[in-house]
Amino acid sequence: MNPLSLALWTPLACLVVLLAIPASQKTAIKVWANAAALLGAAAMLPLLAGFDKSNGGFQFVERAPWAPSLGVQYYIGVDGISLLLMALTAVTAVVATLSSWNAIEDRVKQYYAMLLLLQVGMLGVFASLDFILFYVFWELVLVPMYFLIGVWGGPRKLYAAIKFFLYTLTGSVLMLLGILTLFFQHWTQFGTPTFEIDALLRLAMPFWMQQWVFWALFIGFAIKVPMFPFHTWLPDAHTEAPTAGSVILAAVLLKMGTYGFLRFSLPLLPEASIDRTIVQVLVGLSITGILYGALVCLMQKDWKRLVAYSSVSHLGFCTLGIFSLNPNGIAGSVIQQLNHGISTGMLFLVVGVMYERRHTREISEYGGLAHRMPLFATVFAFAVLSSAGLPLLNGFVGEFTILQGAFEANRFSAALAVVGVILGAAYLLWLYQRTTLGQITNMKNNLLPDLSLRELVVFAPFIVWAFSIGLYSKPYFEMIERPVARIVERVRPGYFQDRSQAPALAELAPPAAPATRREAGGSR
Amino acid sequence: MNFLDLIWLIPLFPLAGAAVMLLIGRRLDPQGASHVALAPGLAPDEGHGQGHHGHAFASTRRLIAFFSPGAVLLSFLFSMAAVIQLSSLEKRSHEVILYTWISGLPFHTATGALATFTADWGFLLDPLSSVMILVITGIGFLIHVYATGYMAHDGGYYRFFGYLNLFVFFMLTLVLANNYALLFAGWEGVGLCSYLLIGFYFHKKSASDAANKAFIVNRVGDAGFLIGMFLLLSLTGTLRFTQMNETLASGALTAETAGFGALSLATLCLFAGATGKSAQLPLYVWLPDAMEGPTPVSALIHAATMVTAGVYMVARSHALYALTPETSAIVMGTGAVTAILAASIALVQNDIKRVLAYSTVSQLGYMFMAAGAGAYWVAVFHLYTHAFFKALLFLGSGSVIHAMSGEQDMRRMGALKDRIPTTFRTMFAGSVAIAGIPGLAGFFSKDEILWQVFSAPGGSMAVYAVGLITAALTAFYMWRLMFMTFYGEPRMDEATARRIHESPVSMTLPLIVLAAGSVLAGWIGAPKLWSFLPDSFRAFEHWLLPVFTHGTAQAASEAGHAAAHHDTGLEWALMGLSVAIAIGGILFARSLYGKRWTVDPIESLTGPLHKPLLNKWYVDEIYNYLFVEGLAKGGGRLLGVFDRHIVDGGVNGSGWLTRLVSRASIWWDTWIIDGAIRVSALLAHIASFPMRLAQTGQVQTYATVFLLGVALFLGWRWFA
Repeated sequence: MNPLSLALWTPLACLVVLLAIPASQKTAIKVWANAAALLGAAAMLPLLAGFDKSNGGFQFVERAPWAPSLGVQYYIGVDGISLLLMALTAVTAVVATLSSWNAIEDRVKQYYAMLLLLQVGMLGVFASLDFILFYVFWELVLVPMYFLIGVWGGPRKLYAAIKFFLYTLTGSVLMLLGILTLFFQHWTQFGTPTFEIDALLRLAMPFWMQQWVFWALFIGFAIKVPMFPFHTWLPDAHTEAPTAGSVILAAVLLKMGTYGFLRFSLPLLPEASIDRTIVQVLVGLSITGILYGALVCLMQKDWKRLVAYSSVSHLGFCTLGIFSLNPNGIAGSVIQQLNHGISTGMLFLVVGVMYERRHTREISEYGGLAHRMPLFATVFAFAVLSSAGLPLLNGFVGEFTILQGAFEANRFSAALAVVGVILGAAYLLWLYQRTTLGQITNMKNNLLPDLSLRELVVFAPFIVWAFSIGLYSKPYFEMIERPVARIVERVRPGYFQDRSQAPALAELAPPAAPATRREAGGSR
Repeated sequence: MNFLDLIWLIPLFPLAGAAVMLLIGRRLDPQGASHVALAPGLAPDEGHGQGHHGHAFASTRRLIAFFSPGAVLLSFLFSMAAVIQLSSLEKRSHEVILYTWISGLPFHTATGALATFTADWGFLLDPLSSVMILVITGIGFLIHVYATGYMAHDGGYYRFFGYLNLFVFFMLTLVLANNYALLFAGWEGVGLCSYLLIGFYFHKKSASDAANKAFIVNRVGDAGFLIGMFLLLSLTGTLRFTQMNETLASGALTAETAGFGALSLATLCLFAGATGKSAQLPLYVWLPDAMEGPTPVSALIHAATMVTAGVYMVARSHALYALTPETSAIVMGTGAVTAILAASIALVQNDIKRVLAYSTVSQLGYMFMAAGAGAYWVAVFHLYTHAFFKALLFLGSGSVIHAMSGEQDMRRMGALKDRIPTTFRTMFAGSVAIAGIPGLAGFFSKDEILWQVFSAPGGSMAVYAVGLITAALTAFYMWRLMFMTFYGEPRMDEATARRIHESPVSMTLPLIVLAAGSVLAGWIGAPKLWSFLPDSFRAFEHWLLPVFTHGTAQAASEAGHAAAHHDTGLEWALMGLSVAIAIGGILFARSLYGKRWTVDPIESLTGPLHKPLLNKWYVDEIYNYLFVEGLAKGGGRLLGVFDRHIVDGGVNGSGWLTRLVSRASIWWDTWIIDGAIRVSALLAHIASFPMRLAQTGQVQTYATVFLLGVALFLGWRWFA
């Protein structure tokens, strides 16, 4: 069997087994769910081991007809970008599952079933090479997430769940319109129906049509990321979701949006992607998101809401990198997508740990936690520093590379984004101070137990990963180097040529290359 | 053994120390937890200095006290060996690259050339970094030793030494890095350790506030540093120092003498980073607050080493600054204004550590004056002498505070001279040194700075004047401190007076070593003017100057220098002037504080200026109002409301609208669409009424009608 298909369907197989366990056997269900998550992670290993970094195309490809009359196929494969995100999905699943051990005591069987179903959906999104297959997985993700929030969520769970569902569904429907436009274009131009991405790459579409399709896909992806101003479902969904839900939401679900831009918008609609207005709007929204999210964080009273808004800020960096439209911007964005999963995942776990103990998310309820929970304080410090982009931890590598890319595209926008780095440190340290440092002012915090062994194990993968990326990022860059180059070459043909060779030519007539740079860059 | 290839080990010793301390230190220091686990409501030990009766401590602590400074000592010895080997090399520069740390992708430089964005985990040992590592490990070791005594009564002993060792690791990484990115990693790392150590007494809000302030203010500078790095990358295509210097030496970039171009902007951005780390205007505000940390931290991080990182970075970027005279002028001007501003604030402060903190800011200003004037080796020379006497003064002040049971207000000290004689004598040496009395360390470096600012082509008379006035202020405030603390009448309460005692050997020994350094360290940088001395007394200059020799700018500066050196009479006169001013400052302090006083004489002396000076020119208040309350909190609050009501309002509004439309549709559906159908049904119903009478479905009725019909038919036929 194709190792990719194996990795993709392992969680589903585990789900079937789970369904066979009687609902009353709670411990058995939990043990099996954790084993299933580990199996899912183990299924990633053949992929990582067999992955060929020097190959820029898709690997582990598998293809089978599904609805031949419409050209729909079961067509999967990965490149470095999607494989990294799949690995993140698998690790996050392990962490999220283990973190739920004590948190979920109600409808245990359904809960873990939802987690496994969610995992299938997420993996499928990253593995699909057929647009309809992608869409199916994309929508599949909504369902378990809806139930996770709506059933196991906080006080306003129904509001949050419905908002999440409807908002993202609205976006997906527009995205579907875009997909169908591409499909019909292909049918008209080549006479064959197909949703295959590589086939759609051949399309020659007029610029106005590219633009319309771009905006249709944009709505779908931007809501998922979420980009400002489509972000307001996120704080509600994050705040009300159970810890594992928040972790998965932040770590993986949001990346589906940025992944969509990288896999579809840029390669399929290169002319629209490099259009000056579109780039300016997207870069503008990204920077607004970075600064806006950070400033809103400063005034949050709710711990979890603060972390949610910090996601808006961090994802702003990711989209900024993508729409820098150069290798470092995009590569940095991919690394940062991974990093955000790690660091924000940890921050949500941290909130979860405290929520389990105190059942409140109000920051003012805490303070001085380091006195009773030194281990917790240490782990929390790692999460904060990783999120704030401190060198030698993961966040720095991504941010640094993104900013380099953004700077190459447009110095002014990079300078604005750097302000986000300052604000990031401010809201995170302030959060840390108010919750963890100082005296214990609330007697309820006085008898809290420190992290248990299980909780430490939950954090361990993320902490180890954070250090490994921060200290030695080369393997990650090597994995995504070629796919990123492919995207850049597609959007800006001839980028990888040394342009200093012909300065005389550049002076004679404004050639394509500098013009392209200006197009992508906007005002300096 | 080839130590040069093993320089990457130098930072690793303290890292190993930190790892051991932070991972298993808790077990070595059973008392450690007691500080942390104090029951709330029970006021924890407010900082340092409660009840010093005897100096015995747990035997396991001895292990920490041995291990942690030992790691730094090992680094020091290793550094010594490496530097000795370096001095025998023909080309005094050795680079060791371990691996590619960040291996980014290709990008286009400003010229359109394709370059790759990479950063090594690599180290560069040259005369500049060798001075730095010796200062860091040497002074660092002494301060570690001191801290073993100073922190003996504090909880979290292991935590303290873990952080301190971690700091040394990052600081060594910073100065040994062979590229800007790794330098930046060290830069951020020392910032983190500074954060952790300022906030060491984390139960105190003032401490954690100060820690946050330090980190965030530094981040503002770091933002500049980052942009500067990207600009350099765009201009030169590399972040590695050796490659960048080669590019510059090849003449790829021309000096921006005519205007303020991209290169000038790049150096200015780097300097913005330096103003954060090295506490210069406008970002110096964090350093005085940083005194919330334990005193050894103030000595190591906030006086001798970390705060000089900015000076080091500018010196490291000398080739760039040489090409950008306008930025260099800004550097010099910023240094001068900071020096005099901080010195003016130091005049009236009453907290012994705050005086020293502002003094540090002021002395760092001197270093930037020198760097801005193009005299990089002099800047580094002052960095080196300053490390001795300022570390000494801070540690001395710590010893005073230790003796005073935690009291830091000099108005409640006095007459400590004979009670703590070793502390007094060593601090005396430090104060003479910083004031600039000939023969002591501070004199050599400060006088050279003043001379360079006066004579170098990049110098300026105005800056020289500021430097001279600052020298007078320095002598005055330092001796105000000395007189208030050690001379005159005792002004402390009885209980404190009874407990005054000299510090243990672990604390006084470093003081003595540093005092010796403050006296002697300057003799390796004697002025050229003293031509009666053999050349070995100018070893520092000979060691460092080759690093900063580059191209024509240096030649011009040398030429200017040579010209100025002809006028030895003028140089002697200026030297005399600065010495006179230093002595004047000391004597003036004596005339005010040498006699009995009750109200601080500085109050009447400064008159209406006293209040603004005491309040540090209200800079903190202004910043707080503008940036913290205004921009951050105000902006955050405003956007929070905007987010809830406008952005999310739109989302919820569209939900509401949808429901409204759906309700309207239901109404429409019920009353209009369905209504029409029901009306037509009704009409049909009414219209069908007569028909329905017939269609009853009852057989009897049908039969009756049938019979009636038959009867009618038959009747009609009958009569027809």
